[in-house]
Amino acid sequence: MACPAVPCLAQVAGLRPPASVAAGTETSISTTGSGKATFYLAGPSTSTKREVSLGEDVPLPPADVQSAGRYVAVICSQTCQSAAFYVTAAKPSTLSFLVHPSRVPVGQSDAVSGVALPFDRFRNLVVDPVTIDFHWTAGPAPLMSRPMRTRDGVAWFRASSGKSAGALEVAASLNDLSAHRVVRQVASDPCHLRIKGQRTAKGLVVETEPVHDCTGNPVPDGTIVTFTATEAKGKSTVDAPIKQGIARAQIAASGPTVISVASGIVMGNELRVEAQR
Amino acid sequence: MKHILPLVIVAVTAALIALALAGAGGPAKTFGIVSGSALPGFTPKAATPEQAVANLLIDVQRRNWDRAYAGLAKTDNRADATSFKRDWTGTDGSLRTFSNLEAYDARPLHATADEAQMRLQLRWTTPVGPIQEVRDVQVKREGDAWRVAWPQIQFPSVPAQVIPVNYLRWDLVSGGADDEWGSRSIDAPHVRIISMNAVDSADGSIVMGEVVNEDTIPAFVNVNATLVDGRGNAIDDESSFDKIAHVLLPKQVSPYRIDFPNVALSKVKNVRMDVKASLVPASADPVIGAMDQKIETDPQGRNVLRGQLLNQSGQTVNISHVIASFYDNSGKVVWVSDGYVDRALLPQAAEPFAVEIPRALSGKVQNFHVVVNQFSLGKS
Repeated sequence: MACPAVPCLAQVAGLRPPASVAAGTETSISTTGSGKATFYLAGPSTSTKREVSLGEDVPLPPADVQSAGRYVAVICSQTCQSAAFYVTAAKPSTLSFLVHPSRVPVGQSDAVSGVALPFDRFRNLVVDPVTIDFHWTAGPAPLMSRPMRTRDGVAWFRASSGKSAGALEVAASLNDLSAHRVVRQVASDPCHLRIKGQRTAKGLVVETEPVHDCTGNPVPDGTIVTFTATEAKGKSTVDAPIKQGIARAQIAASGPTVISVASGIVMGNELRVEAQR
Repeated sequence: MKHILPLVIVAVTAALIALALAGAGGPAKTFGIVSGSALPGFTPKAATPEQAVANLLIDVQRRNWDRAYAGLAKTDNRADATSFKRDWTGTDGSLRTFSNLEAYDARPLHATADEAQMRLQLRWTTPVGPIQEVRDVQVKREGDAWRVAWPQIQFPSVPAQVIPVNYLRWDLVSGGADDEWGSRSIDAPHVRIISMNAVDSADGSIVMGEVVNEDTIPAFVNVNATLVDGRGNAIDDESSFDKIAHVLLPKQVSPYRIDFPNVALSKVKNVRMDVKASLVPASADPVIGAMDQKIETDPQGRNVLRGQLLNQSGQTVNISHVIASFYDNSGKVVWVSDGYVDRALLPQAAEPFAVEIPRALSGKVQNFHVVVNQFSLGKS
């Protein structure tokens, strides 16, 4: 429009943003009216300002709408008009997967929990419901699988630990996306802790039978077993680590001796050894 | 006028030095017998057993080993010069090698015209704090002088041997910086306080008990306590500092003790306990046994738990630290005591240890548990 004699005043008539836009998608906002105006766009992580011509579409490049959320478009000449629109997350491209704990004793109910959150390529949480498949694998054998629908962008599970010590691999997958985490299932407290001993030239050598928990898993090497030998001349204690399944200690005792054993708060049997002949 | 002040300062300094040298050996002094001749490079003939001991200890403090050794009585079993020096300076990176004789007190136990027995209380400054040592020595008259008899010390002698050890250690691997969120978390070890007891003592309040590593990995543990008054306000908070075995292997139990000097327990309404544990690389070796533990009375009349530490591994332990918890007949921890051993633990060799029990508690103690902390040079 030409304004030859008098200063031209732009007229803002309207703004028509798109109903919904996927993040990172090129879109445009149509305007009505005539003349020049200033266009503002404010979103969750962006704000732009530019000069536009009324009556034409205002193009919004993908970089301007990468963050999901509410955007406000404002156009001003003599007066201002605004309109809001929403940018939604694009399709999932990464899966964040949190599993807790990283170690768990065997045979604990509801001890393992996991949370999966789908994100698009701009790190927007995908809140539209999607189905995430959780898989549990111990060793080469798959244990079980459970599909879970996300709610408000979150899918989660809670599970009991198994009965065998070892690595439990937990995977979350969505279409061709997957994330893997490892939970180490460890033996529980020692069970039926038993010792045997024999006299040697240097005193007594005592050792445990192979130390297992109550479900038969070997207690990890390095676990401390405390041997206590009581005789007339005093008490001797040795904190010995389990090595190759057995804890062993050497105790200098020559008289009649009572030997007891404990690991943490678990007690074992008592052994009575006669005096050295 | 302007020269008066420097002159006064010089005069006062000289007077103070003279006063210190003259007064240090005065009879009223009970801590550190120093004769009036403690001038560098000159030690007189000892006319009394006390002076003989003082001469020796002054030379030891100055690390003047040749003169200290030359001043010893010429007995049949006199220590050789090397072992005499080793006895005072320590070996193998032991705590004694980092210690200095700060002060001493010598008291006669009995004396005749030619022989006396003296009890020395030696106060050492060490990296882990002051340590008191008590030694009884014989002093003999040789001619017109008294000399200290220093018998040959038997140091542990370890025969050449091969000790097979299956080393077991835990290493900590941290993921790279570019790891995905959620893939790097390894839980801290599970550690639990299994007992706690708060008692009043002459010096203030003491919180003690035991803590266990319930996990399958080593833990670096620290126990903190906050004393709270009746209105819910914190009075003081302290940590267990060195009164705990900080590195706990799986299922290992350690005593802890937290001292609150100058806080009366009567003001305390509540004690908030907090145990912090973090992952730490650790080794399961060396294994140190605490042998022949027995509660006895020491020469000074104190109740002590004595025993022998036996290094069952093949590596030298430079500094060992004994922490003992004492239980009453109901199994409650009534005291936690600790002590350092000033000699290194050689492989397969034993060294004595002793930790003190307060006199008031000696009748209560029914049982005890000893944990040995160890420090080796060049290792974490």
